[in-house]
Formats: sequence, C-alpha cells, structure tokens
Amino acid sequence: MRKKLLGLTVAALALAFASAVQAQETKTIGVSIPAADHGWTAGVVFHAERVAKLLMAEHPGLNVIVKTSPDPATQANAVQDLAVQGIDALVILPSDPDPLVNAIKEVKDAGKFVAIVDRAPSVNDGTVRDLYVAGNNPALGEVAGKYIAENTPDAEVVVIRGLPIPIDQQRQDGFDKGIAGSNVKILDRQFGNWNRDDAFKVMQDYLTKYQKIDVVWCQDDDMAVGVLEAIAQSKRTDIKYVVGGAGSKDMIKKVMDGDSMIPVDVLYPPAMVGTAMEMTAAALYSQVPVSGTYTIDATLITKENAANYYFPDSPF
Amino acid sequence: MSVNEEARDIRRRSWRDVDLRAVAPFAALALLLVVGALVNPNFIGMTNLANVATRSAFIAIIAVGATFVISSGDLDLSVGSMVAFVASVMILFMNSGVIADPALMLTAAVVFAVFVGGACGLANGLITTVGRIEPFIATLGTMGIYRGLTTWLSQGGAITLREPELQALYRPAYFGSILGVPVPIAVILLVTGIAAFVLYRTRYGRHVVAVGSNSDVARYSGIAVNRVRTIAFVIQGLCVAIAVLLYVPRLGSTSATTGILWELQAITAVVVGGTALKGGAGRVWGTICGAFILELVGNIMLLSNFISEYLIGAIQGSIIIIAMLVQRSLVRKS
Repeated sequence: MRKKLLGLTVAALALAFASAVQAQETKTIGVSIPAADHGWTAGVVFHAERVAKLLMAEHPGLNVIVKTSPDPATQANAVQDLAVQGIDALVILPSDPDPLVNAIKEVKDAGKFVAIVDRAPSVNDGTVRDLYVAGNNPALGEVAGKYIAENTPDAEVVVIRGLPIPIDQQRQDGFDKGIAGSNVKILDRQFGNWNRDDAFKVMQDYLTKYQKIDVVWCQDDDMAVGVLEAIAQSKRTDIKYVVGGAGSKDMIKKVMDGDSMIPVDVLYPPAMVGTAMEMTAAALYSQVPVSGTYTIDATLITKENAANYYFPDSPF
Repeated sequence: MSVNEEARDIRRRSWRDVDLRAVAPFAALALLLVVGALVNPNFIGMTNLANVATRSAFIAIIAVGATFVISSGDLDLSVGSMVAFVASVMILFMNSGVIADPALMLTAAVVFAVFVGGACGLANGLITTVGRIEPFIATLGTMGIYRGLTTWLSQGGAITLREPELQALYRPAYFGSILGVPVPIAVILLVTGIAAFVLYRTRYGRHVVAVGSNSDVARYSGIAVNRVRTIAFVIQGLCVAIAVLLYVPRLGSTSATTGILWELQAITAVVVGGTALKGGAGRVWGTICGAFILELVGNIMLLSNFISEYLIGAIQGSIIIIAMLVQRSLVRKS
C-alpha cells in the first residue's frame, strides 16, 4: 500500500515536472508604460490591460506582463526587471524616450523583439527597435484645420495650445497647413497647459477680448471641457463649435449624441499601445513581417463612426 | 495757537494710523488696474473684472487659510493636492447615490467635504506638532499622499459628477449671483470677514501671531503652542474645503491635474498681500488683494495683443516683483 502511494506520488511529481517544462515553452510579452498621471496615460493603462487579456485568451500559453512606472528612471528599472524575468518581446511607451534608450537597447541586443509606441528616441532605427507605432501629431492639427476650413471657410478661430513642447508645435504647424489657402483667420493662440482649469481661464479671457468668435480649436478633449463651460457661462451664441482632440469618452459621447458644439473629434488614441501589442503578438506567432514604422491616422471622428471609438469603461 | 497745534497733532495721528504696509497691496492693485485699462479697453468692463474676481476665489480662500498657517510660523505645501483630493471624494460621494433626494444629497456632500477638509488639515497639524516634523517636510509628504490618492481614485482619468439633476442644483454655487454679486465673490468676502475677525479680534488670533513671532516666548507666556499651530492647520483645511465647494460646481469634475501648483500661488498671494513668510504678522485682507493681483496679471497678459505667448511666465514673474517693490518703497517712505 505504502509502495503504491509512493509510486503514485512519483508519477504525480513527474507529471507536474513535465507540465512545468511545457509551461517554460510559453512566450512572454513585457509591456512597459507610464503610470496613469493624466487622462491620456490613464487610457494607455486601460487599453494595455484590455488588450493583454484579449491576447492571452487568443494565444494559450502567451503571458503578457503590463508594468506601469511614474518616471523615466523607474521605467528603466522596470524594463530591466522584465528582461530578467525572461521576455520574448518588449512593448514600451517611454515616458521620456532618450533617457530610456540604453535600457531598450539592452533588450534589443539580447535578440528580443522590441516595439516602441508614440514617443521615439532621437535615434529611432533598427538598432533600437523592430517596430515603431506612432500617433500623428501634425495630422491631428491638419485634420482639425481642414475640417474648419471646409465647414466654416470664413471662420475667425481662437486657438488654445498645450505646453510649449515639440509635439504641440507639430500640431500647430499641421493646423496652419490644414487651413492654408482658406479664409480662416486665427485671432489668437495662447497656452492652456492641457489643463481644464487653465483652458477655462483662457477661454473666458478670449470671450472678453473678442466680440465675435466663430470656432475654438483646443486640440485636446480635457481642455474642451473648460472651454465649453466658459462659453456656457458667457451665454454667447456666436461660437459655432469647438474642435478638441485625442478621443476621450466624454467628447466622443457628445459627437455620438449629435451635440452641435462638439460636431467632431480628432483621434489621437491611447489604444495605440494595443496596436503595438497585437502586432508584436503577430510577430511572435504568425511569422508575418511587422518590422518598420506604423503611423496611425488622426482619424476624424464624426457621428457616423463615433461608436467604433467609444469605450464607456475607460477612465479616459 | 494751541488749537492749531492740536489740529496738526490730530492730522498727524490720523496719518500715522493708516498702516502703509497694509495699504500697499491695494496701491499695487490700483496700479495694475490702470495698466490693464491701458492695455485693452474691455479690461475695465464689469464682466471681465467680475470674471477675474470670481476666478480668483479658489486661490483667495485657500490663501486666507494659508495666512493663518504662515502667521503662526508654519507652511502648508499640501493645499493644491488637498483640493484635488477633497473635490474627488466629494464627487464620488455624490455619485454613490446613497441619498435619493438631490437637495438632501447636496447638503450631505457639503458637510462631508468640509469634514474631509478639516480632517486633512488636522492630519497635517498633528504630523507637524505631535510628530515634530518640519512643516515643509510634513506637508511635502501629505502633498504626495493626497495627490496619489486622487490619482488612484480616478485611475489617472477624470472623476465627473454624473447626476444631471444634482449638477443643475449645484451649478449656481459658482455661476449664480446674490443681489448682482457673483456667489464666489460673496463667499470670499464672508470668509475673509470671519477670518479677519478671528485673527484680529479674538484671543486665538493674537496667539497665532505670538506663536509666529517667537514660539519660545509664547510658550513661556503660557500659550499652548502646539494647539495653536494645529488649529491653524485645521483652519487651512476648512478653507480648502470651502474652495472645493466652489470648485466642484464649475466643471463638475476633477482630474489628477486639479490644483497643481496652487500651493505656490496661495503662498505668493499671502506674501504679496503683506504677510511675512517668517511668521508673526497676518494680513487677511491683503491676502485677498494678493490673490486678485495674481489673477489680474494673467488676465492682462492674455488681453494684451503685443506680448508673445512664450513670454507670459517671465512677465508675470516681473510684475509680481515690481508689485512687491512698489509696496516696499511705500513702506519705506512712511
């Protein structure tokens, strides 16, 4: 009896060992993203976790580890920790790309698949990453500019900028390109710091400064919240509509519902981290070539297509 | 002749009675109003000035609380994060729907927010006094805690008031007006009036100033120094809660970036208003004036047509320094 039991135990142990060996043959994707410190990064965290679940359901044996880090130094450590755990691929949305480039290179040099999302380091080629998934900042401005030029060709527009950093400038240049050749006139450009309260103040002051404003372009859905509130308070009716950007659930809901003040939104989706994760999984499993740069369009969200971009459960 | 002398004496005394240090911030304010009117004729319109005064309400009310903390020789760096935290839990409370009747719910939420604000202030006070930690470090710590809790509660996104009925009921608290005076301005005046009474006319107020000028002397005179300092932090917390009561109805939502750097604006308002940063003297009305000056500077920048948007920060800084210099020169003349 005792012998039998022993034999059973040994058999069970052997089985467990065998399955453990099998488990080691599974693949792991490490995902490193900034911690949720404002709306857009909160969306990144939401979509990274959502797509991780989808991928793990789709590929049994695939393990996706999502790590969030509040600053570049912590993120560099997180990347190293992921590498130590043993990953087959790294998807990273760097909080600040240049300080992180060495940590990323280490993973790449170890022969792993590396995908960088949204923010590119100054040297952004095959030595650093296999895949680069980018949003399109110039297009975000251009799409908004074109929409305004087509729908209100003689509009007088006030612009609320974000912070004085390169991607804000790219959006502004794109906007100027979008309205080029039309009669659209820019009355003013001021910084709203991508902050609702600051945008409220700037809009209040615009309303004092200009007796007639046709359109507000504030390139960000968070700031649009403050802008709408300032317009409502002034009871002014000359403002025809407001164009934001990014694709927050509140603004997309307004587009879906046909709100006349928010007729459209321009996409700069936090879900792009999911695009990179899906393409990375494809590289690992489907033997399809995905190396290169993939730029996501700044899609114009209208009432017709809004439902595709609406995530009521997302924090953003 | 003797009558003449007496008259001169009275005149001299009444001139001396006017404390120039207290008047100076108002002189700086008057100067800014003139500059503003020159920059843009719309500036001096009632709508614009009312907008600016209303907008300054948050910083002004927080700064009234900061006047107490600073007068008692302490510093509170956590107020900006505290605004975000108190506002977030207040909105979450209203979204929870534990009370069906909107009016009752709103009342409960107001009481709840004031309670949370007071508790946050008490925590700051106890850490500083009982824990004997420098207020700079103690409130730097709680600043991180309140901000982190807000980010966690909102999962990094926004916390928005969902009930439209509550929103409609609450909106007038920021956008409404009493006898033509916007509600926030009325609240500023009320809060400042009470604060001025407490600081200048009560025993507690005199204790605050005594502790701030020299806490050892105050202790030897039998003042419960730690209690005075802790209560100052609680007053600060209550003021933050009152600011939140005005903040929530404006946008009906908070995010992880709500109230960022407000602590520095509040401290600047207090100092521009004539309160010494090293403690020992408090000027509540000056603080209000300081908060108004800060908001006006931004407003003038925006309304002007000739200042590059890239230079606004530099010019704001210069104007604050010039305002302080104007004050100094007035005080020296006296």
